[in-house]
Amino acid sequence: MTRDKNLTGFLEFVYEFYKTMKAHEITLVYEGEITHQITKAFTSLTGSNMSKEMESDNVQRKVFHVMVECLQNISKHADTFAKNDFLYSGRGIFLVSKAKEEYNVTTGNVIDNNKIEEITSLLEQINSLNKEGLKELYKNQMKEGRLSEKGGAGLGFIDIARKTGKKLIYDFHPVSETASFFLLTSTISRTL
Amino acid sequence: MEPIKIKGTDDTPEIMLDAGNDVFEISGRSLPEDVTSFFEPVINWLDEYAENPKPKTEFVFKLTYFNTASSKVLLDILMKLEDISSSGKEVIVKWHYPEDDEDMKEAGEEYADIVDVEFDQLSY
Repeated sequence: MTRDKNLTGFLEFVYEFYKTMKAHEITLVYEGEITHQITKAFTSLTGSNMSKEMESDNVQRKVFHVMVECLQNISKHADTFAKNDFLYSGRGIFLVSKAKEEYNVTTGNVIDNNKIEEITSLLEQINSLNKEGLKELYKNQMKEGRLSEKGGAGLGFIDIARKTGKKLIYDFHPVSETASFFLLTSTISRTL
Repeated sequence: MEPIKIKGTDDTPEIMLDAGNDVFEISGRSLPEDVTSFFEPVINWLDEYAENPKPKTEFVFKLTYFNTASSKVLLDILMKLEDISSSGKEVIVKWHYPEDDEDMKEAGEEYADIVDVEFDQLSY
């Protein structure tokens, strides 16, 4: 066996990475461009895993809903930066983890800092509303909103909150003077 | 009017619009890659149909899943039906939902609240 020091270090990292994934019960992780094909592949993969594990139809439907909206959020809203900035351009990280009581769907993508305020106020508004309030907000947005050029209806976050019945957990980490990494976790109870 | 017949796929619904045979139906799953262009022929067809609708239009929705972008377009379709209804023609929306799917049932109730059209909720 060739003992390349760099390679050995890398393989150790991969093993640590694997153990970390197991410890956090991550069943799916992806970093890169989110396309429609990726969305279809991930939802179908997760769907067949849930069927195998005899998850209820209700839980399967909710996980499917949340995954689609999260993936489409990245594909429609992740900001594209300079092409050579391969770390951030129009891409994102997508994770699904499964715990005893719940599924967590987490996304992370780079956004322009000037969007932080708008996203924060929308998420805070959603988190402050009860079931009825969310329903009204959804109906109003559906009536008054317009589909954006990329086909976004501005309904994704509201829909996730309604389908899961849980607060949306989010965070921003600065990546440069003008951009931040936006993280969002949605939780779907397995005992619906 | 030329009927529209679009076969369903795993991300686009089946669509049957055939005024001659009184068939108006959208069914299956809806998360098209480009919602606007997928539904454009449907909206155009309805615009044309609205100019000379039949005395009675029974429009069937039998969806198992739709994403939020599709929900907006479904409202646009329902608003066209509302226009036909308010012009004095009879319009009935038949909203089918899987019997264990509360969210799909509720989605139908919400549309019924928003648009002024007769709505029948049917579980299957």
